[in-house]
Amino acid sequence: LTTQAQVHSTEHVHRDDVGARLGMWLFLFTELILFGGMFLVYSVYRFTHQAEFHIAAKELNTIVGTFNTMILLTSSMTMALSIVAIQRANKRLSIFFQFLTILLAVFFLVNKYFEWSVKFHHGIYPGSETLLNEKSGEILFFGLYYVMTGLHGLHVLVGIILISVMMRFTSKGVIKHDDYIKLENTGLYWHLVDIIWIFLFPLFYLIT
Amino acid sequence: MTTDSVAIGTNGQEPSYLEYKGKHKGILGWILSTDHKRIGILYLCSVLIFFFTGVVFGFLMRLELISPGETIVTAQTYNKFFTLHGVIMIFLFIIPAIPAIFGNFFLPILIGAKDVAFPRLNLLSWYLYITGGLLALLSIVMPGGPADTGWTFYIPYSVRTDTNVIYALMAAFILGFSSILTGLNFVTTVHRLRTQSMSWFKMPLSVWSFYATAWVQVLATPIIGITLLLVVIERVLHVGIFDPALGGDPVLYQHLFWIYSHPAVYIMILPGMGIVSEIIPVFAHRTIFGYKFIAFSSIAIALFGSLVWAHHMFTVGMSDAGEFIFSLLTMVVAIPSAIKVFNWTATLYKGSIELAPPMLYILAFIFLFSIGGLTGVMQGVIAIDIQVHDTSFIVGHFHYVMFGGTGFAFFAALHYWLPKMFGHMYNIKRAKIAFWIIFFGFNFLYFPMLIMGWLGMPRRYYDYLPQFHPYHLISTIGSWILILGLIIMFTNFFIALRRGEKITKKNLWGGETLEWQIDTPPTHENFDEIPVVQDYPYVYKDNEIAVEEEKV
Repeated sequence: LTTQAQVHSTEHVHRDDVGARLGMWLFLFTELILFGGMFLVYSVYRFTHQAEFHIAAKELNTIVGTFNTMILLTSSMTMALSIVAIQRANKRLSIFFQFLTILLAVFFLVNKYFEWSVKFHHGIYPGSETLLNEKSGEILFFGLYYVMTGLHGLHVLVGIILISVMMRFTSKGVIKHDDYIKLENTGLYWHLVDIIWIFLFPLFYLIT
Repeated sequence: MTTDSVAIGTNGQEPSYLEYKGKHKGILGWILSTDHKRIGILYLCSVLIFFFTGVVFGFLMRLELISPGETIVTAQTYNKFFTLHGVIMIFLFIIPAIPAIFGNFFLPILIGAKDVAFPRLNLLSWYLYITGGLLALLSIVMPGGPADTGWTFYIPYSVRTDTNVIYALMAAFILGFSSILTGLNFVTTVHRLRTQSMSWFKMPLSVWSFYATAWVQVLATPIIGITLLLVVIERVLHVGIFDPALGGDPVLYQHLFWIYSHPAVYIMILPGMGIVSEIIPVFAHRTIFGYKFIAFSSIAIALFGSLVWAHHMFTVGMSDAGEFIFSLLTMVVAIPSAIKVFNWTATLYKGSIELAPPMLYILAFIFLFSIGGLTGVMQGVIAIDIQVHDTSFIVGHFHYVMFGGTGFAFFAALHYWLPKMFGHMYNIKRAKIAFWIIFFGFNFLYFPMLIMGWLGMPRRYYDYLPQFHPYHLISTIGSWILILGLIIMFTNFFIALRRGEKITKKNLWGGETLEWQIDTPPTHENFDEIPVVQDYPYVYKDNEIAVEEEKV
């Protein structure tokens, strides 16, 4: 409360790092519940269509999935390192790690693109004739696969944009060693994107 | 509530927030302002516009039902009317009404802060609200016409109909975002920006209810967001999720829909209850009875209210155990609501009640909410629920709760705080006349619905059997009376703003909360110096009458 600005709040934006972090955590709750809704749908259908989910899951490429998991986990590490770097007032190193994070995120999406393309090539996409001829459990599995990984991919894209903005902020000195809450919150978001993938990966790729 | 400095306002030395010159001038000074008070006014204007739109559709529906058969519109148009009426009234009026208008304006003032925690996010949430609202209105004029699914968007009809369901779904999705941002902002504000001396149990009760509401907004809204988004994806891309033709389960959609939409009922009513707790002690001149019980019952309602969603689905098919649990929890959630009602009436007991316009609306709230609440508990009983499911009994019930409850609390708040917000007093006598007309019109409109629903009149039908005619006729006439009252009430406000008596008195009603210690209308900064709160609110030391009588 001591940070509360005593002057015109519109002109002088008051600074409250704890408040900003609290707000970010609340936002992350909403993200978790957003995906939670889909995990709920997944678990209900997995329960009602066990055999068909089992068969459909075999279609997915576990190696590509594992590779993407490694990429995303590494990017979470580089994100954390960029925050450590800025805490130690090493601006250039922080920017370097942020750039590395973006690069890994792009790798992830490129992989995803090829993975989806192969599926499309085999005629497995929403509304396709091949898919509609399958049993309903398989339609549901691939429906959820595309929606959940698609929405996750969208979050990766948003993350790339966010981290790019943070890179600019860091180079302009808006984010600095004693004021890095923006970068920290972006980091929190990025770890969330990571952790959602940690759950998506076994549910779709590993449980066959 | 007592503060150590007598004058924490500026005594008219500084310009009010209405005259304050910021970075931008004219209209830009409003739509680009991050001042919580100006955003509150933006919400006030936009919410009222949507409210009137919703009233028009409600009026047209009642007019169609004045006699059996096709009266003014076809069955298809009637379906669109009730969908629009529902979507507008729920997503654009009741959910944002009290938190977004009065929460934005008064929450920071009530806790002694200069603004909310994230002012820019606050403005963004208004823009999202407007975008969502315009999308909903756009669906009316686009080819295909507005959605005809009802506000529940039940699968599979919502993926089959040719109307503009996507617009309505996207509107609700975006409005959900707006609601989440407001909730997120309020939770952080209450945690971080309370003036140093204000501990949790010195917070005014409206702050407690805004806080509880904000948590429900944050935790429940994402579910409806993802559910409606899935329906959009299913419609556009034909991904199999809920549509049985693609292997999906429509009942699962209903569960997900109500996981949000039942807690949403508490997003609607909790702020209303906060307003009641705020206004009753002021006009009963008595300390609120059971402060902690009221505060905790808000939290309890938010908690239990999140666990009762399947009582909307007793007729859909569920295990016996499921039905038993949801029936039980439905009755449990009535307990904290009843605690509040008993506390309010206990506050009135031996008070010296002043029947000012805000108090009239609050007393009507207690009466109407009790009818709505008790008919609600009835439906918690499975046997009765199966009898009255999808009848106009339900329509009557939730209008008693939503309109008779939240709507009346909203009107009370308008009468209580509008003079403070604008510095103009309305005509008290005209306000009282409007109240009585609205109160009678309301009961004429909705009570017949309870009776004919009990007798078997289904909801959402544009036609009916002749034996229901008298009830429908009374109900439609009631809608005219109600609208007449609304016109008088809002004309009264309008006249007050244009050429009403100008007031600068700080404490208009003798309230003990912080907003009554600052300038009327408030300055840009709210407080000249940050107040120090020494006692919990609603301590009416000067209410000698009640105290003396107790001694006797």
